[in-house]
Amino acid sequence: MSETRYVIDPVTRVEGHGKVTLLVNDAGEVTQARLHIVEFRGFEKFIQGRPYWELPLVVQRLCGICPVSHHLAAAKAIDQIAGVTQLSAPALKLRRLMHFAQVLQSHALHFFHLASPDLLFGFQSPEQQRNIVAVIRQHPDIAIQGVRIRKFGQQIIEAISGKRIHGIAALPGSMNAALTLEKIQPFLQGIDTIIASCERTVALVQTLTEQDADFHLDFGYIESPFMGLVGPQGELELYDGNLRVIDSQGQILVDQFPCARYFDLIQEQVKPWSYMKFPFLIQRGTENGWYRVGPLARVNACTRIDTPKAEQARQAFRQHMGAPAHSPLLFHWTRMIEALHCAEAIKLLLEDPDIQSNDLQRSGVKQHTGIGVIEAPRGTLFHHYEIDDEDRVTRANLIVSTTSNNQAMNDTIRKVATQHLDGHSLTPELLNLVEVAIRAYDPCLSCATHAVGTMPLQLQLQTESGALLQQLQRNSDGTITA
Amino acid sequence: MNEPVFWLDDKAIPFRDGQTVMTAVTAAGHYIPHLCHHPDLTPHGSCRLCIVQIDGRIRAACTTPAQANMKVTFDTTLLNQQRRQIVELLFAEGNHLCPSCEVSGNCQLQALAYDLGMTHSEFAPLYPQRETDGSHPDIFVDQDRCIFCELCTRSARELDQKNIFGISGRGSHTYLLAHSDSGKLGDTALTETDRAAHICPVGCLLPRNGNYQIPIGERLYDAQPIHIRGNHRPDDGEFTP
Repeated sequence: MSETRYVIDPVTRVEGHGKVTLLVNDAGEVTQARLHIVEFRGFEKFIQGRPYWELPLVVQRLCGICPVSHHLAAAKAIDQIAGVTQLSAPALKLRRLMHFAQVLQSHALHFFHLASPDLLFGFQSPEQQRNIVAVIRQHPDIAIQGVRIRKFGQQIIEAISGKRIHGIAALPGSMNAALTLEKIQPFLQGIDTIIASCERTVALVQTLTEQDADFHLDFGYIESPFMGLVGPQGELELYDGNLRVIDSQGQILVDQFPCARYFDLIQEQVKPWSYMKFPFLIQRGTENGWYRVGPLARVNACTRIDTPKAEQARQAFRQHMGAPAHSPLLFHWTRMIEALHCAEAIKLLLEDPDIQSNDLQRSGVKQHTGIGVIEAPRGTLFHHYEIDDEDRVTRANLIVSTTSNNQAMNDTIRKVATQHLDGHSLTPELLNLVEVAIRAYDPCLSCATHAVGTMPLQLQLQTESGALLQQLQRNSDGTITA
Repeated sequence: MNEPVFWLDDKAIPFRDGQTVMTAVTAAGHYIPHLCHHPDLTPHGSCRLCIVQIDGRIRAACTTPAQANMKVTFDTTLLNQQRRQIVELLFAEGNHLCPSCEVSGNCQLQALAYDLGMTHSEFAPLYPQRETDGSHPDIFVDQDRCIFCELCTRSARELDQKNIFGISGRGSHTYLLAHSDSGKLGDTALTETDRAAHICPVGCLLPRNGNYQIPIGERLYDAQPIHIRGNHRPDDGEFTP
């Protein structure tokens, strides 16, 4: 049976160009979807030869949305290289505070700026309406709430690292400065409002989900294992902890797996059509070993959340959506549960006098390997470095969160295409829905897939041999041409 | 008897015998951009950032002896443009990636780039690939950031009485050399307390400890530009965050 290729190119301009290819057989069935990441970034290569203490500063440039996650994952790795097995309590709390602020602002950015237009106006609403400008016009209260939450997180990051994006904070076994009471006071005054805003947002996303529950639960539905960090009691953990993997039925496959041995748990497969690798659970192999990470995975995998409002929200989520929940659109709900958790955790840390302490430095005996694992907003993030006797990086392995969701995004796109491809005709509606599916995972692609205005998007229908049969192009001014 | 003076644009600059234009101007409280000049070292005149115009000729202020009633043209659009182009050339010649460089905010090259209004380099970067050297227990060498000012070379010789560094190669292949059989800094006599270990104006000779410890906002040139703060390093005793 012959197959036809449908190509969506580009999907995005952020972190490189993406393109989607749909392979369709004669019966019109989508047999495979491929999300191609066609840009090569090369961080793992070009940091070779650099002194290890530069790593948190260099690798945070991987991203402008979640640089703190890369900064801290690298910092955790170079702590180990510096021989520090336990940070001082003040340094640890400052890092956690910075990380909670980072997850809070990133989740707010994604939900309000990128996802809320779809959710508020409907996935099939006119494209000109589905953007943040329309949200500001028609739902100013929601838009302002989003801006305030994100601003709050960004300001905490700035207070700790000197800049809202790409600052300097974590050093080997240390932080470079404590917070002063003068800096903390405005945050203490504002945090209750932020917590209340996050609570309202959780309620909002629950309402939006339940208003159209059939669509939300069915859209791109796939089942998979989930991975996330958990604390000693199985609690949701974003900065530290060990790895837990649950299967698609919610049974724990692996628990309290040490991050330092992550390479005994997962490996990466390379496929010739994408620069993004395909991680898989070794015990399940390349075909069946893929898994999901991120807010949905973490909320599914954890036993509880150790802040009361977020735990209450988690329980409500499980009660309404099941455990584990699989629908990709439920990432949005869990994302805001995590935002609520971050806001609550931030309050606890702001009230802790340790964050004003200058007892920040610890030291140890130099090691040649460091592995830092952290829960970035988009999922589990692995940084693994090796250095030589002259403190220069000789090898690096970075498994970024989006990578772990690679196969899941492909399968979700295939499912959406199966559900919504109308015969052999490519339609703007299908393009939108493919983007909605990708966006649910909040990959680094998400910014451009939902930028203000419209992004250039090209669909091509090709035969197996690559001959162009049909082309549909959305231009930057929103017009669609053949 | 009145001190002799020369004129820096419209300012009268007093000077003593033996002073250069640079040292007299600095003593008078004014700033001429420079990178290779250091008050404790013999003038070198290599970076050319201190160019001024005297009697229609372009001269280096750091090597030109002050003379009575001399008219020194300093602050002109053309001279400032030429100084900026020299900085742009230095950026193009090395790998000066400020966003992740640990001397960002404390770097004299970066500070001068800001001060001279550099927003980009007109010159294509060369992207050199020279070896880093981490063999010394206290100093890490990133040769791709060397601007060949020879402050380290000269301070080792003149202040530390050691022959540690040299410049070798030609043109774009020029590189900083460590005088040891292995070519490694770790095999030279450089010690952590040597002046040469703490004089690099950029991020070429880096202390291995204390990196990134000064928070953003408290670094040398975060609050004041280099023409007010002067050419300093955080570890030269003049730094008060």
